[in-house]
Amino acid sequence: MVPLTQKMTLPEQVTSWLMSDARTQTASEASAVGLSLKKGGIRWGEFAIQSSLGFCALISVITTIVIVFVLATESYSFFSDVSPIDFLFGTQWVPLFEPSSYGVLPLLWGTLVITFGAAAIAIPVGLASAIYISEYASARVRTIVKPVLELLAGIPTVVYGYFALTFVTPVLQNILPGLNVFNALSGAIVVGIMILPTIATLSDNALRAVPDTLRQGAYALGATSFEVTTQVVVPTGLSGVMASFLLAISRAIGETMAVTLAAGATPNLSFTLQESIQTITAYIVQVSLGDTPADGIAYKTIFAVAAVLFLLTLILNMLSQWVLNKYRAEYD
Amino acid sequence: MQKSRVSGTPYIDNLVARRRKARLFRTLCAGVTWLGVVLLGLLLYQAGVDGIKWLDWQFLSSFPSRFPEKSGIKSALFGTLWLIALIAIISIPISVATALYLQEFSSKGRISRLIELNISNLAGVPSIVYGIIGLAIFVRGFQLERSLISGALTMSLLISPVIIIASREAIKSVPVNIRHAAYALGATRWQTSWSHVLPAAFPGILTGVILALSRAIGETAPLIMIGALTYVAFLPAGPMDAFTALPIQIFNWVSRPQQEFHELAAAAIIVLLAVLLVMNAAAIYIRHKSEQKLK
Repeated sequence: MVPLTQKMTLPEQVTSWLMSDARTQTASEASAVGLSLKKGGIRWGEFAIQSSLGFCALISVITTIVIVFVLATESYSFFSDVSPIDFLFGTQWVPLFEPSSYGVLPLLWGTLVITFGAAAIAIPVGLASAIYISEYASARVRTIVKPVLELLAGIPTVVYGYFALTFVTPVLQNILPGLNVFNALSGAIVVGIMILPTIATLSDNALRAVPDTLRQGAYALGATSFEVTTQVVVPTGLSGVMASFLLAISRAIGETMAVTLAAGATPNLSFTLQESIQTITAYIVQVSLGDTPADGIAYKTIFAVAAVLFLLTLILNMLSQWVLNKYRAEYD
Repeated sequence: MQKSRVSGTPYIDNLVARRRKARLFRTLCAGVTWLGVVLLGLLLYQAGVDGIKWLDWQFLSSFPSRFPEKSGIKSALFGTLWLIALIAIISIPISVATALYLQEFSSKGRISRLIELNISNLAGVPSIVYGIIGLAIFVRGFQLERSLISGALTMSLLISPVIIIASREAIKSVPVNIRHAAYALGATRWQTSWSHVLPAAFPGILTGVILALSRAIGETAPLIMIGALTYVAFLPAGPMDAFTALPIQIFNWVSRPQQEFHELAAAAIIVLLAVLLVMNAAAIYIRHKSEQKLK
């Protein structure tokens, strides 16, 4: 056995350091040396880095403040010319010609028609796809279909606009003769196809998060796969599924290029899907494509309608987060 | 169904119908899924067929023109490349720094929860609203005019939340004992983050960055808002120059009535989708590699 003292022997440099420097220092010198080890001492380099990282995090807050500030001030100056009552309840949207009229309802209606049409297509189909991928498909099919869906979710919306004009509308015109080249139906279908992968992939994630023990329990009680899916799996994953619906709807509301290309630019309060309509987003594009003078009222209208758009999507996004947090099922 | 009950318990009899229903439901779900995939495949195929005959070197190396046969996407392609480079330079450092701060440095208090909520809401703001903000702040407010830098700044605002969220997930999934080991050796927070956490989170961050940038490549509405021009017969020489980009060029061609321009749009779509496909494949490959490494 090695004697303990021998093991404890320190290298000569260390012992000499212990003997000379540290031991002979005055109290103040010792505290100066020990600063880097003292708890609570400020390391300036570290502090600077942390502050600059914190500043980067603040940029996101500043972004939000700027968005709200710009929309609010420009809308305020718009509302000093147009009464908010006329804006919110007016049924004529004629901002660019005389006599002008600034009722936002036709634009809002156009947005809602597209959104509801798209949701009516994408929600059942998307949920069915999610159920197929998570509950029925074999592992091999899953590894093919899931990335394909994710890829489809990444196709730019202007490409969907191209599909609408060159494919969907001509096909629809064969079925419904007399259909306008620009029509709400084609826009709704294309936006529906566009948000479908979002619903399918996010709902699939939610359904897959449902623990297998719940499924096995239900099967053990003699339930069929249909009953397990509709009465156990989907209700359990409902918060995630609902959140995916809300997110997709909020995407449909904010969708711009596909509806601009497919649905046209006619503010319209009609109940038919066969005519051209204009959504909030399509109106904003229309104004910015023309050369609108920056001090005119037409320029201000885009901020007012953008504020409406911002509030709509904000409410939906908050709702989807609330649903996720409130109804999150924990089965651990 | 009542009449068909010959013998046995009603439950067993019911089972046949219930099983039939389950089979039907399964077929329905599978059918709908494949229908969706096939339909989208068909749309892409259609675009491919329409566009492929225009896709040649002349198309890639010519400026846009009134004559379809002389038209090309040279300026659009260069505009998109410029834009992506600028967006990457602006948005990646800020976004990764934000993610690092929220995940490693900030105390998990009220303020950081507020920032988190704020970021997830920013991710849901429609792209056209960012375009309007870009128009008001960068184009008019900072007098940057309708330049590449205005477009890049606007797009950076748009994709930053996406990068931040992805980077946070990547940083979160770095095992905590790596940090403990670094701290135990006396490393500071920054040394731990820079030398240990960030390298471990790198594949995840990179995947998020690639996906965010591929979103930026396809975004059209914000660029239209800040006034990217559609007819640009020169190459931008610096960030202050006017520009056009691939999606803008596609939008311009699609909105013309002539069939030839629609086919040009289809050709440009092929190029755009090819770029996106390569980027997405890279992201999937990196994710796959890092998953293997973790195993």
